[in-house]
Amino acid sequence: MSTVARWVHGFAAFWWDFIVGDDWRVAAGVIMAIIATALLAHHGVNAWWFLPLAVLVLLALSLRRAAREAENS
Amino acid sequence: MSGNALLFVAVFLACTVEAVEALTIVLAVGVSRGWRSAIQGVLAGLVTLAVVVAALGPALTAIPLGALRLLVGGLLLVFGLGWLRKAILRASGYKALHDEDAIYARELIAARAAAHSGRFVVHDWYAFTLSFKGVVLEGLEVAFIVVTFGSNQGNVPLATLAAASAVLLVVVAGVLIREPLARVPENTLKFAVGVLLTSFGTFWAAEGAGIDWPGADAAILAMVAVTTAAALSFTLLLRRRRASLGTSLGTSLRQPQDAGEVAS
Repeated sequence: MSTVARWVHGFAAFWWDFIVGDDWRVAAGVIMAIIATALLAHHGVNAWWFLPLAVLVLLALSLRRAAREAENS
Repeated sequence: MSGNALLFVAVFLACTVEAVEALTIVLAVGVSRGWRSAIQGVLAGLVTLAVVVAALGPALTAIPLGALRLLVGGLLLVFGLGWLRKAILRASGYKALHDEDAIYARELIAARAAAHSGRFVVHDWYAFTLSFKGVVLEGLEVAFIVVTFGSNQGNVPLATLAAASAVLLVVVAGVLIREPLARVPENTLKFAVGVLLTSFGTFWAAEGAGIDWPGADAAILAMVAVTTAAALSFTLLLRRRRASLGTSLGTSLRQPQDAGEVAS
């Protein structure tokens, strides 16, 4: 791997780790939940409860995965 | 509590946590290698962070508010959930706590073993780069929070003031006691910051997506209350789960030793 490629890889890895963190599925879930909220709002449904609910479900699932991984390691 | 007060609290707590972690590195470098290059590294790091905030702050405020809230709310939400997830796992014993004393001892050994060499006006390049990296890497998260919170709330100066107050407090405490601030309840602070980032992120992202919150801005307080209650419940559930599995898992999970942390 060239120096430039290594630098680009390192830069991308830093930002991935910085923003996304330990569980990419949480980030993907948040993006999907925001898109769903926007679609509902676009169709006239003021689903203010949807995103908070989705966030708590995503957090619970992520914690369960982390706990299982720790128990199996 | 108003939005600006919550903004101040969130930035102040986040900055305190990161400043304590940076202080541990800088103290180890200063004690083992001398203070001149260590302080040069700190100053260079602080200037870098100030440039990041000065450049990104006005750039973000130029974006239309709806798009800004969608983008920044989403980023804060992902970012905040990361903090909260880690704090819950630490409070429940599924992840080791941040041990400033152990980190300090490790950095001290590494710094004493490294060779001396100077570059430009820097007498000790190793001490300079280690201090610089410590300040920039720990401070980048705070810079991100200052810029995103400040621009969304329309008050970057207040966010900057909160960050500067926290740094000043930690530096004064560090100078006075001259050892790592191991007694600062880091995980409790991270837990609180995670709750605030997640609550504000949810509020702003939903608003940016076109949602009207019942109660308008007062909904943020409800979000903070709900997120706190849920996070504490998850912590207790995980503690019970670990306790029930403890005997069969042996020592693979850390033993409870911090009843005062978070969910006490």
